[in-house]
Amino acid sequence: MSLNFSFSGLNKSKVDTSILYDFVAIGGGPAGYNAALYAKRKGLKTLVIAKKPGGQLLNTSSVDNYLGFVELSGEALSEHFIEHIQSIDVKEVNDQAIESIQKINEIFELTMENGDVLKTKTVLVATGSNPRKLGVKGEDTFANAGVAYCAICDAPLFKGKDVIIAGGGNSAVEAAIDVAKIAKQVTLVHRSQFRADQVLIDKMMAQSNITIHLESQILEIYGDVKMRGIKALNKKTNEEFSVEADGIFIEIGNIPNSGLVKDLVELNANQEVLVNRKQETSLPGLYAAGDVTDTPYKQIIVATAEGAKAALAANEYINTH
Amino acid sequence: MEKLLNKEVQDQLREVFNELKENVTMVLFTSEKDCESCEATQGLLTEVAELSDKLSVKQHDLNSEEAKQYDITLAPSFVLLNAKGEYQGVKFNGIPAGHEINSFISALIEMSGAESEIPAELLERIQKIDKPVNIKVFVTLSCPHCPGAVQKAHKIAMLNKNVVGEMIEAQTFYDLSTKFNVSGVPKIIINDSLELVGNQPIERFLEQIESL
Ligand SMILES: Cc1cc2nc3c(=O)[nH]c(=O)nc-3n(C[C@H](O)[C@H](O)[C@H](O)COP(=O)(O)OP(=O)(O)OC[C@H]3O[C@@H](n4cnc5c(N)ncnc54)[C@H](O)[C@@H]3O)c2cc1C
Repeated sequence: MSLNFSFSGLNKSKVDTSILYDFVAIGGGPAGYNAALYAKRKGLKTLVIAKKPGGQLLNTSSVDNYLGFVELSGEALSEHFIEHIQSIDVKEVNDQAIESIQKINEIFELTMENGDVLKTKTVLVATGSNPRKLGVKGEDTFANAGVAYCAICDAPLFKGKDVIIAGGGNSAVEAAIDVAKIAKQVTLVHRSQFRADQVLIDKMMAQSNITIHLESQILEIYGDVKMRGIKALNKKTNEEFSVEADGIFIEIGNIPNSGLVKDLVELNANQEVLVNRKQETSLPGLYAAGDVTDTPYKQIIVATAEGAKAALAANEYINTH
Repeated sequence: MEKLLNKEVQDQLREVFNELKENVTMVLFTSEKDCESCEATQGLLTEVAELSDKLSVKQHDLNSEEAKQYDITLAPSFVLLNAKGEYQGVKFNGIPAGHEINSFISALIEMSGAESEIPAELLERIQKIDKPVNIKVFVTLSCPHCPGAVQKAHKIAMLNKNVVGEMIEAQTFYDLSTKFNVSGVPKIIINDSLELVGNQPIERFLEQIESL
């Protein structure tokens, strides 16, 4: 049990709803924070609203592909981001979600969970994404009776147990590596070939308690009061097999949090917000960046860069309107 | 013993403790045997108390009269008492380290009488609770979403004397976690029967409580 104290300060966000903001970033992830940094430095009246400050970084045990940091935890990186924006006095509203957006006479009105309404000339949607579900029998039945979506939160609960990881991308392989340190046996099941970085795959292969099934489709999660295992299909041999396990971490990618703007802007078939090279959406003055967009690579450095572009584009828009 | 809190965290806490209004007492229960984290918890509470003269610690054995008074059955556990020495249902089972330092510190601040914001409509619903309610929130120390759930349980407890809110560190109290089938945190159990998963808004807590 690691005691590692991570105190994040008291949260007292009082927001001034009487002023007209220039730029409001919705989202406290890499995209929202970097956008706030750029906007504030351009002299814009800037606000960042985060339902969960830190975003997906909080669920990431280690980041080793953000230039300038050889390796650090996702949480530590998010603390650096927040310190940076606080050093230039960006206003933050934390633990509050925006529930709706309206554009009235060139001004955006953002309604918060608590009913307060913010007014702004431009807005950035940087609401990121949430874990995708497998969509198989048993997934909902055993949700929280074995089925889990946050490896760093829940791995400690599987000490000495058998655990399955569903997925073959970076987050699945990272989860396998992390969980294998605690669990007795880890089985990774993925429906096609690995999509993860080779360095991660190599690191995983070095662990002795990980078994891998590629080209295997999970058909069902079974159990009684809690999950007991999965049934899967080996697509090469067309044979069904079972794996007994106490838990399964589902790490099969994400779905964009675009619900907030689904009636305002164009989305693609995957519900991602369509943006151009300036992060403009189909609605002038409304920008999107990071995982919520149709950007092909969902990465921290990509999200931060897009946040920067969105803020610069918003500044241009304000100057010419 | 080496300090648990490094200089940086100490400085942060000292500053935050400027917000303490009245005195708060932490009453810790430990056990001589089978208690891996008793010593660390005692160390943590002592170190935290040293950072403000409004904070103090008392310590008793798990088998003491005092333990019965606060319905303590696990060690380490501790409760917070307000300036009048009253128990308002704020309990921690296991060490609030890692991310849980956040729910620990905000409980201290709120227990000291510092104002906390809560919409009038919710406050009214909380005050209407008229039967005994126990809210258990199972957490792990590495879970960033857990302190939010613990803080809500404690807030409801502080606002209504019928309610007890307790944090339970799932790894330390493995048997209890198994009993309640905890395989994902935060997991919230109300009166040992209803459950909620994840850091839910206060409204969801209230819906469950009102359905009792
Ligand atoms: C387990 C895991 C490991 C990963 N590892 C890496 C890695 O090693 N390297 C890497 O580059 N990438 C990694 N990623 C991907 C990376 O985390 C994401 O690409 C990145 O976080 C996207 O940033 P974002 O700002 O678009 O969104 P997010 O980080 O998802 O942040 C979205 C923010 O918006 C907030 N929000 C959502 N809706 C609302 C609303 N209505 N109102 C207010 N706020 C709202 C959320 O609370 C959150 O603060 C990993 C992801 C996961 C899940």
